[in-house]
Amino acid sequence: MIGESVFFTLFTITACFGAIAVVVSQRMVRMAFWLIISLGSTAGLFFLINADFVGAVQLMIYVGGTLVLLVFAVMLTSSGPYLKIETSPGETVLAGMVGLLFLFMVIGTQAGVDWNGTNERIAVAAGLPEATEFDSGSDGNTLRTIGMSLLGLRPDRGGAETGELHTGYLLPFEIVSVHLLVVLVGAAYLARAKRRQTA
Amino acid sequence: MEPSLSGFLMIGAVLFVCGVVCMATKRNAIGVLMGVELVLNGANVNLVAFSEYTHLGIDGQIYSLFIIVLAAAEAAVALAIALNFYNNHLTIDVDRANKLKG
Repeated sequence: MIGESVFFTLFTITACFGAIAVVVSQRMVRMAFWLIISLGSTAGLFFLINADFVGAVQLMIYVGGTLVLLVFAVMLTSSGPYLKIETSPGETVLAGMVGLLFLFMVIGTQAGVDWNGTNERIAVAAGLPEATEFDSGSDGNTLRTIGMSLLGLRPDRGGAETGELHTGYLLPFEIVSVHLLVVLVGAAYLARAKRRQTA
Repeated sequence: MEPSLSGFLMIGAVLFVCGVVCMATKRNAIGVLMGVELVLNGANVNLVAFSEYTHLGIDGQIYSLFIIVLAAAEAAVALAIALNFYNNHLTIDVDRANKLKG
């Protein structure tokens, strides 16, 4: 499909350029802006490969929540307008070289892996059925499957007819819920204004 | 470019490396946090791509949801620590955090 290729190219360029601009730019608010660009186009990439719920969560929680939190932190911690804490030029050059080397290493490694062959072998070893396509009638409609998986049921693995149960994600879901609660209480405790001792 | 597994893995690699360089070079604590966000986002891209192109199925998307939640939690705690650090030192430069140095 031509539209898919166009959007994939567009979102790839904006995601990668945004990430590089986060590294290059020195002002905090501009970094936050480029991070919004990068994460937003990543959400677009998620929409392209049938991950509509993850894309929406990315937009709402990451871009709408976490980044706003980061921008507030930038505002609360700047001791003056246009705060710049610069790294020395030598360190910048060194970091760029190390980063390029690391990038080539990662890309070379992933180009050296035969992903399709590995996928077939894993499928055979795990006894999985044919490729677990999402329901083509509702392509990309992953909401129901994800919701039931978080409740501990696996409708995508079948087994509803035979009574066979597959493990879902109920326990990780509970753990991450309690984790989020504890973390937010802890954050509120850490960030509260210190009362002066009036004695 | 056609969307493909290796294309998504490339994007994930670029995001990951940018995040690591950002974490290593920024002296502003909030900048380090942004690097962490980039790294987690690169991992998310990889997981969602594997969920589409391999037998991983819906599992990959669920992992990426957990990663998003953990990133939000990490950002909240790290920002609280950064605010405390700013209250004590009146700066956010991580090079100044050397009170515990022997």
